[in-house]
Amino acid sequence: MYDIKEIYQPSNLSETLNLMASNQDGIVISGGTDVLIRLRERKLKECKLISIHKLKELQGISYKDSLNDMIIYPGTCFEEIHSNTMVEKNCHCLWQAANEVGSPQIRTVATIGGNVCNGAVSADSAPSLLVLNAELELTMAHSKRSVPIREFFTGPGKTVLEKGKELLTAIKIPAVPEGSGSYYIKFGARNALEISTLGCAVFVTLNESKDVFEDFRIAFGVAAPTPIRCTQIEERVKGLPLTRETLKFIGNEVLKEVNPRDSWRASKQLRIQLIRELSQRAAEGAVRNAGGAIID
Amino acid sequence: MIKVIHMKVNGKQVELGVDDRECLTDTLRNRLGLTSVKKGCEAGECGACTVLIDGKATNSCIYLSMWAEGREIVTVEGIKGENENLHPVQQAFVDEAAIQCGFCTPGLILTAVEIVGSGKKYTRDELRKLISGHLCRCTGYENILNAVEKVAGL
Ligand SMILES: Cc1cc2nc3c(=O)[nH]c(=O)nc-3n(C[C@H](O)[C@H](O)[C@H](O)COP(=O)(O)OP(=O)(O)OC[C@H]3O[C@@H](n4cnc5c(N)ncnc54)[C@H](O)[C@@H]3O)c2cc1C
Ligand code: FES
Ligand code: FES
Repeated sequence: MYDIKEIYQPSNLSETLNLMASNQDGIVISGGTDVLIRLRERKLKECKLISIHKLKELQGISYKDSLNDMIIYPGTCFEEIHSNTMVEKNCHCLWQAANEVGSPQIRTVATIGGNVCNGAVSADSAPSLLVLNAELELTMAHSKRSVPIREFFTGPGKTVLEKGKELLTAIKIPAVPEGSGSYYIKFGARNALEISTLGCAVFVTLNESKDVFEDFRIAFGVAAPTPIRCTQIEERVKGLPLTRETLKFIGNEVLKEVNPRDSWRASKQLRIQLIRELSQRAAEGAVRNAGGAIID
Repeated sequence: MIKVIHMKVNGKQVELGVDDRECLTDTLRNRLGLTSVKKGCEAGECGACTVLIDGKATNSCIYLSMWAEGREIVTVEGIKGENENLHPVQQAFVDEAAIQCGFCTPGLILTAVEIVGSGKKYTRDELRKLISGHLCRCTGYENILNAVEKVAGL
């Protein structure tokens, strides 16, 4: 039996927001794959839960056409994200990340909203959402704000979300320009059921003749106290040719912007090596997905 | 607090009172006697507690029973054929000697039932990924993969 004092199961969004306003000590639970584990470990006790599990208004992916934002609602589970062909085509890195979370049984319940709001540095969706310039819609009973995901993570397990008051209600992904591609690589010690040792996502836009980086974005999980974008290297790569030399430059220079640590999962040294290697492989994958090729 | 929920379990509509702090593993084992649903890690890692919820393999240990309202649940007790015959997945596990102590077996069988139900055929590597949410301490997985390959392999 979980140590739950009270659990509310609102039937729509406005009821949820009202319940949150009158129970600010309440904890939102969606798929429960983080909250129920914390309860099991007794890191949470006697808690008051507000369940948004399978709440209709927070489910699904909406996509009109390539000129408009894609909206992923936070209650969408990773299995659904990975089976969406528009995500596969336009947000390939996120599509890949969705298939890396836990195991098939976890992916049928674990939601993208829970993954983001949990604020873990290892959250598999974070690097991809960072390179896709996702915007998070945070809602309270009588107000709403939009926060770029780059400003969302503030420390290990910490975000700008006002816990208990604000609900993540939409993840907006801006339209992706022609000639773009993206790629995500997760490194873990095992092939399944493994929290990321390091995650790297790259997004590129190539010029028309597909030989130069017009836009380059790179983000990491577990390379600093929060998931991060490395904007200095991004600026320096714009305009460079699609060569092995540019990839090496990325792998070496990106190290100036990361701050990996020793942990029981891996040493700082291994993480640095992973950052150098995976950033190049992810960049090459993104170029390939954009219809280009790296020349030696 | 006790709440009344309605769900379909192994084809039968049930109405029962559950504690709102209870997980589905406990409801199925203790209130309905469906002891094929095993308790292993209770943390979403081993897959021993796997059941099908609306056709999808789900870890029942991290699933609140009250979420099951209106859903359809299947456990291994519910997959036998009309004449009490074993389900083709169960038969394949027997034929391939994919069972040793049997603790991981009910969960794996349900994941395989979902795989077979998709109607698609998979390579051994794909199947390896599809069963990756189950830990088996006995078999070394090879015979389990042989069994799953027999029913859903290319
Ligand atoms: C066995 C196992 C393996 C795992 N493997 C991975 C992995 O490989 N990669 C990975 O990234 N994660 C992994 N996780 C962690 C977890 O599954 C994910 O973070 C998942 O996406 C969380 O989603 P959820 O809906 O289950 O979250 P919940 O547990 O429901 O919620 C998580 C947090 O987010 C808050 N929250 C949820 N939704 C909202 C919302 N809409 N608005 C505001 N706050 C909200 C909750 O209050 C809570 O603090 C694993 C977990 C388990 C148990
Ligand atoms: S008992 Fe549920 S996954 Fe191990
Ligand atoms: S047969 Fe013993 S755990 Fe799999």
